[in-house]
Amino acid sequence: MHNTRAVLTLILACAVTPALSQTQPVIGLITKTETNPFFVKMREGAAETAKAKGARLMTAAGRFDGDNASQVTAIENMVAAGAKAILITPSETKAIVPAIRKARAAGVMVIALDAPTEPQEATDALFATDNFKAGLLIGQYAKAAMAGKPAKIATLDLAPGITVGKLRHDGFLRGFGVKEGDPSIVCSADTQGDQARGQTAMENCLQRAPDINVVYTINEPAAAGAHRALRAAGRDRSVVLISVDGGCAGVRNVKVGVIAATSQQYPLKMASLGVEAAVEYAKSGKKASGTIDTGVTLITDKPMKGVDSKDTAFGMEGCWGK
Amino acid sequence: MLGQIGRDKGQGTRDKEHSAIGPVAALLLACAFFASQSDRFLTGQNFSLILQQVVVIGVIAIGQTLVVLTAGIDLSCGMVMALGSIVMSKAAVDLGVSSAAAIVCGVMTTVAFGLVNGALVTLIRLPSFIVTLGTLNIAFAITQIYSESQTVSGLPDGMLVLGDTFRAGDAAVTYGTVLMLTLYVLVWLALRETAVGRHVYAVGNNAEAARLMGIPTTRLILGVYTFAGLMYGIAALLAVARTGVGDPQAGQTDNLDSITAVVLGGTSLFGGRGVILGTLVGALIVGVFRNGLTLMGVASVYQILITGILVILAVATDQLSRRRSA
Amino acid sequence: MTPANQSAPVLQARGLVKRYGHVTALAGVDLDLLPGEILAVIGDNGAGKSTLVKALSGALVPDGGEIRLDGRVVKFRGPGDARREGIETVYQDLAVAPAMTVAENLFLGREIRKAGLLGSVFRLLDKKRMLADAAAHMESLQIGIASMRQPVESLSGGQRQAVAVARSAFARHVVIMDEPTAALGVKESRMVLDLIRRVRDKGLPVIFISHNMPHVFDVADRIHIARLGKRVAVVSPGEISMAEAVAIMTGAI
Repeated sequence: MHNTRAVLTLILACAVTPALSQTQPVIGLITKTETNPFFVKMREGAAETAKAKGARLMTAAGRFDGDNASQVTAIENMVAAGAKAILITPSETKAIVPAIRKARAAGVMVIALDAPTEPQEATDALFATDNFKAGLLIGQYAKAAMAGKPAKIATLDLAPGITVGKLRHDGFLRGFGVKEGDPSIVCSADTQGDQARGQTAMENCLQRAPDINVVYTINEPAAAGAHRALRAAGRDRSVVLISVDGGCAGVRNVKVGVIAATSQQYPLKMASLGVEAAVEYAKSGKKASGTIDTGVTLITDKPMKGVDSKDTAFGMEGCWGK
Repeated sequence: MLGQIGRDKGQGTRDKEHSAIGPVAALLLACAFFASQSDRFLTGQNFSLILQQVVVIGVIAIGQTLVVLTAGIDLSCGMVMALGSIVMSKAAVDLGVSSAAAIVCGVMTTVAFGLVNGALVTLIRLPSFIVTLGTLNIAFAITQIYSESQTVSGLPDGMLVLGDTFRAGDAAVTYGTVLMLTLYVLVWLALRETAVGRHVYAVGNNAEAARLMGIPTTRLILGVYTFAGLMYGIAALLAVARTGVGDPQAGQTDNLDSITAVVLGGTSLFGGRGVILGTLVGALIVGVFRNGLTLMGVASVYQILITGILVILAVATDQLSRRRSA
Repeated sequence: MTPANQSAPVLQARGLVKRYGHVTALAGVDLDLLPGEILAVIGDNGAGKSTLVKALSGALVPDGGEIRLDGRVVKFRGPGDARREGIETVYQDLAVAPAMTVAENLFLGREIRKAGLLGSVFRLLDKKRMLADAAAHMESLQIGIASMRQPVESLSGGQRQAVAVARSAFARHVVIMDEPTAALGVKESRMVLDLIRRVRDKGLPVIFISHNMPHVFDVADRIHIARLGKRVAVVSPGEISMAEAVAIMTGAI
């Protein structure tokens, strides 16, 4: 008697489950880290869109920038849990490719967010901000702000080998109009995107070249740290300090004049577009493809001729974080 | 006479003390090298900057040194420090309490974590590596949840006092630097000149011997971890004073950085040997290299490479010199 | 049994019991240590000698029975309690801190503080005095280690043993030694046995465990024979032969 009941329940469950999954597609979102407000915003955006579209969102993250192993594990777990699509901000853009290939072979659609994999075709699509363009805009801004004065540039970068850092750095150089190794670049130091390290890097750079007048920073926490060092050295008014991110704290810093201009990116847009594409795939089998640029806007209250920008009021509307 | 049988060294070498000479020599060599490469290196202002840059790690490393001397290790130090800085900055900004009260809150939090670490190590007898690995994650999670991963700014001036400077010659020296140096001297004196200090070394060198000689080892180790927690709280205040904000992302690699300072300073990870001033030298070595290489325009990745080589050299030199004298 | 001294025992144990799970290490053992004597404790493996010594030194707490010091009942909750009562022990593995110096080891757990405020409030050590006392102490025991500032790990096995024995000789009341000659060669053993005699001559009664019959018969005033966690006999070396002692020890007699 027990056995028949068990078997009937099993058959019923098997019949119902596919029906359930048809109404509730499972989508995975894997970010680089758990706590960076950029990714927190991404998760929020994804969760909102998933709820609105009736999808179930699974999230995971690496433990630190560059933690490939955790992301690989997350992909495997999500595929096993029946995810139809996975959205991922890859920590290691080359190393994650094999795991993505396996997932796609199992019929899962994979979309890269924020930064492309290497090669870009390893994922079905890329919804990203153009980090190179983000750097380019602030480079152009800084050039215009210098108004022909000879520049002494310091670049406060991320850490060796991380794509986002390189793209922004290279974009900045192009926008400013100098090549790598140009003598006007008097100092380059790594900050790991951390405020305290940004301060230390700026202090040491100022020791090397006290007359630095352009400071490119990888993100707004590093910029905040750099500003503190500049102020302690009495140089904060004579330096054009620029950054990337567009977080709410960063836009506030532009408003009070700590940062001259910042390139704002839109993590929420990336994530919600990604979830929409995933739901579409689950419903109709139509895969997303190509690249969708979710946009970058230069935010400054001191606009320069020849460089498009929006003011901080606009920035505060679209900013992420608090 | 027993003296005639077997080897008798008789030179009065105190193994514990000579291990600080190596690190000091390394520091002086590094300074000489960088001075030759850049004329901006050997200035009072530059050295004052280097000291300010190592102040947070320096104070964390005091706690780490004491834990390592008892043959333990504290992986939670950086995260506990970050938690302390978030608690004190949020107390001042969100709850509006006075700076002094906010600082006390932050320090009490870090001391509590130290107490928990110590209790798990002594009473439940878990290895310190595992205990502090656990509390590292717990402290990190609480920090992120409580701060919602947002930096806390707008701190009252009272909390930033240690970042203020006074002039000493051509350099601006922060009160935080003075505090760090004072703490090092006090802990050094306590380790050298008090019975408790000796007992710390004894417990690390041979815990069973210390117990058999009637030393209250449980209480001692508990005290060491709790005191380390106090150091992390002071480091949190120093971090807040230096950066002007409560940063929940701070301190993530401070555990490894503080262990690097401890090892470069000649303290043995097996416990029972080392000089606390060596740790200060170790922290300075890292700071000097970072500063010196930037002054030379060398890419940061080489700084990481050199730190790794130095750590291996430090441990190898220590082992070889011990083998030669044994 | 003709004990050398009829006066009241300095250290006395009655009915000590210690169990480790199903194993009974001490099954109600008695012991008497008379003033000014060297009492050897012998017994086969598993007779409970080390356990007995650990109970007397406070290194472990017995499950039952009582210990009296000068007729007074004492309860040791840890080795510190026993040391405070003036009982010092030389353990089989010496219990020295190898990286610390001879002087530091001699005063481990009973460091001397400076006089006055520096000592009481700031708890500063009187290192000069400890060094001087250490040197004087070693000289009075005729131990020839040149410098009190050498780390113990740089000493030979015999010298390390001498340091451990010398440390115990600071005792006010009783000295206990667990296998003091076990790891030593002939010459070094000779020296340690002389050292034990010198400790006794200072007025301190000594209990020592040993496997080595010739050493026992050389130095002991009385011999406590243990078997299966109990005391089975107390004899003096004059009355019986080594072979008979061994026989009692193994239960043949």
